[in-house]
Amino acid sequence: MDTKNIIIVGVGGQGSLLASKILGHLLTAQNYDVKVSEVHGMSQRGGSVITYVRFGDKVYSPFVDKGQADFIVSFEILETARWLPYLKIGGQIVTNTQQIDPMPVITGAAAYPENLVEKIKSKGIKIDAMDCLTLAKQAGSPKAVNIVLLGRLSHYFDIDESAWQKSLEANVPPKFLELNKKAFELGKKI
Amino acid sequence: MKELMLGNKAIARGLFEAGVCFVSSYPGTPSTEITEEAVKYNEIYCEWAPNEKVAMESAFGASLAGRRSFCAQKHVGLNVSADPLYTMSYTGINAGLVIVVADDAGMHSSQNEQDSRHHAIAAKVPMLEPSDSSEALEFTKLAYELSEKFDTPVLIKMCTRVAHSQSIVETSEREEFQKNYVKDISKYVMMPGNAKKRHPIVEARTKALIEYAEKAPINRVELNSDEIGIITASTSYQYVKEIFGNEASILKLGMTNPLPIDLIKNFASKVKKLFVVEELDPIIENHVKSLGLKVWGSNILPRIDEFSQNQIAEAFGKKVSEGISLDENIPVRPPVMCAGCPHRGLFYTLNKNKCTVLGDIGCYTLGAVPPLSAIEMTLCMGASIGAAHGFNKILGKLSENKTVAVIGDSTFMHSGMTGLANVAYNQSNSTVIILDNSITGMTGHQQNPTTGFNIKGDPAGKINLEALVKSMGINRVRVIDPYNLKECNEVIKEELSADEPSVIISRRPCALLKYVKHNPPLKVDSEKCIGCKSCMKIGCPAISMKNGKATVDSTQCVGCGVCSQLCPKKAFESTGEN
Repeated sequence: MDTKNIIIVGVGGQGSLLASKILGHLLTAQNYDVKVSEVHGMSQRGGSVITYVRFGDKVYSPFVDKGQADFIVSFEILETARWLPYLKIGGQIVTNTQQIDPMPVITGAAAYPENLVEKIKSKGIKIDAMDCLTLAKQAGSPKAVNIVLLGRLSHYFDIDESAWQKSLEANVPPKFLELNKKAFELGKKI
Repeated sequence: MKELMLGNKAIARGLFEAGVCFVSSYPGTPSTEITEEAVKYNEIYCEWAPNEKVAMESAFGASLAGRRSFCAQKHVGLNVSADPLYTMSYTGINAGLVIVVADDAGMHSSQNEQDSRHHAIAAKVPMLEPSDSSEALEFTKLAYELSEKFDTPVLIKMCTRVAHSQSIVETSEREEFQKNYVKDISKYVMMPGNAKKRHPIVEARTKALIEYAEKAPINRVELNSDEIGIITASTSYQYVKEIFGNEASILKLGMTNPLPIDLIKNFASKVKKLFVVEELDPIIENHVKSLGLKVWGSNILPRIDEFSQNQIAEAFGKKVSEGISLDENIPVRPPVMCAGCPHRGLFYTLNKNKCTVLGDIGCYTLGAVPPLSAIEMTLCMGASIGAAHGFNKILGKLSENKTVAVIGDSTFMHSGMTGLANVAYNQSNSTVIILDNSITGMTGHQQNPTTGFNIKGDPAGKINLEALVKSMGINRVRVIDPYNLKECNEVIKEELSADEPSVIISRRPCALLKYVKHNPPLKVDSEKCIGCKSCMKIGCPAISMKNGKATVDSTQCVGCGVCSQLCPKKAFESTGEN
C-alpha cells in the first residue's frame, strides 16, 4: 500500500499527542509500517502545533510536507485554515469548529477570519466540520475533543471498531475509559 | 517484540538492554524523554542533576566504578558539559560511557541552532547518528561496545525529528554488565605530565576509529544508480529515501565522527555525480572536499533550519505540490504563557514599572512577547544574573534602580547560583528575581533540587532558596506571591530602590501541576464592563473582547484573579463552578 498521511493540528495543550498515540497504536496493530512525529517543548504553550502520522508498507520520512496529507484532523478552525496547504488534492478534512483566539486577536492586532468552513468548502475541499467541544462536554469532559475527532475520523478508515476500542483501552487511563468511549461514539454517530 | 516507539524512548530501551546501571541528566528539549523513560526500568538508577556538567561528571564516576553509565542533554547543554567531555576523551573510561546530545535544527524549542558534530570533532570522540527509533536502540547498544573497545566516551547525536518521532523497533532482553574499579593514576589524573602521555593515545585511537569506520556495518552503501550518489546521515537519510527510493545510490553514515576515507572515495568512484545531504553545517561535505572529490551540497541546500522532503526534492530539480491556500490573512499563533501562569502578574508589574528585564531560559522567556513585552535579553542558562551584574557595573545609578534579572528555580540551580556569587562577591547593586514555580516547567515538569522530590517523585533533599541566597551574602531577601499585584509592585519598588544587592523570590507553583487546586473560572458582568481593556494588558489567553466587552473562556480560565485586580469596575466575578 502507498503511504497514507495524516496531520493532526491544533493549539498546544489541546491533546493532540494523545490522539497521535492512539492512531499510532491502532495502525501498528494493523501491521502497517508507521511513523509519528510530534513537537514538544515551547510550542506546546498555546502555540500552533502539528503532529504527523504516516502509515503504509514502508515509511521513510517521519513528517508530511505541503500537498501530501490525505487527512487533516484539526482541533480548531483557524488551525485548519493555517495548515490547509498541507492537504493533498482530493484529501479530507475532519475538523472541530471551535474558535480559540490567538494572542494577536486577543490584543486586537489582528482579526479572527470569519466563515472559514464555508471558505474552505468553496475551494471544493472535502471538509467534515462539527462542534466537538459540545460533544466532548456531553461525553463528560471538554478535554475529550481529541477522542470525538478520532471517532469521526474512524468513518473514513476501513478498520474494525473493535481495533479502535482496543487502542483506546491501551492508551487512556482506566478511570477515563468510559468517558472516552462515549466521546468516540458521539463523534462517530454524527 | 515489535513496538511503535519514540526515538528517545528507544534510546532508553537501548540503555536497558545494554545493562546500563546509571543515568544522570539535566532536562532539555528534545532530549528530556530519554531519562524520563529510563527511570521506568528498575534496573537503572536515574536522576536529574542540577546541570549537564554535574550530570556528565557523575556518569563518569559511575563508569569509573565499573558500571555502564549515561547522560543526555540538548545541544546547548553539551556546551555546559564540554569541560568534562574534552578531558574524558583523554582519560578514557572504565565501563562504557555513552552521551546523547540532541540537536534542534529548526529551533522548535531552543535559543540557537548549533551543530553538535563540532563538539565530537573538537573533543576527538566518536559520534553515532541514528535516523529512526530502530537505529536509536541499536546504536545505543553498539555505542557501549565501541566505548569499551576503544576506551572512549561515545556521543550519540539525536535531532528533533529522530528524538520526537515514533517508529517501529524490535526489543530484546537486558544483558548485565560490570567491571571492577582499578586505581590508575596515570590514566585518570589529568595533570600535565600524565595528560601529555594520554594525548598520543587519543590520536592513535582516532586512527583506529577511522579504520573501524571504513568497514563498520552502520556506514552502509546502497548501490542503486551509477548516475547519482548521495552521502547522508541522520534524518536526512529518510528524506533522501522518501524522494529517491531506489533511484539513487546512497552512502548512509551511521558514524559521523571520525569519517571514513576509502569508503567515501570508493563510493564516489561508482557514481557520476556526488552529493552530500546533511542538516546545518557542511561537515561531511568539507571532509569529502578535503579528499579532493567534487561534491554538491551547500551550493544547492541551505545551511539554516531543518530540512523537509519538499525542500530537498526541489534542490534536486523535482516538482513539488504547494497545496491549496485560502486567500485569507491567517493570524499567527505564537506560544503564550498559560492561563493562570504565575509569571504573568510579575511580568505585568515589571512592564508597568518600565523595568529593564534581563531574562533567562524557561517558559518565562514568553514574558518578552506582546502585550507583556517585558524581557529585553535572553542568552543562555543562568545569563540573566551575570548580565545584570555587568550592566549595573557599567551604568551604575542609571540602571540599578530599574534593572532586574529574572530566572526560574531550576535555571537558578543550574547556573544562576554562580552569577549570584559574583553579585554578592563583587557587590553590584543588582536585583535578582527568582521565579520559583516549584518545577522545571518548559521541558514538561521535571523535579529539581528546590522541589523536595526526586525524579521518581519520591521525597528527596530540598534546597531552601531563602537560606541559600542569604548564606551567599545577600542580606535583602523577599518572598512574594505573583498573583498579588499590589504586593508585587510594592516589593519590586522597594528592592530596586535599596542600595545593596537583593533577591526577590516570586513563589507560586506552575498552574499546570496536577496537585495545584484551581479556583472556579471567572466570568465578566457585561453590565459592569466598560470595555476599557485594562484586563487585556496581561495577555491572558482566556480573556478576549467580544462586541466591545471582555469575555472569559471558561475552558481555559483557572480563576487566578490577576485580571480582576486590574478591572476598575470590578466586573469579574466567580462562576462558582469548577
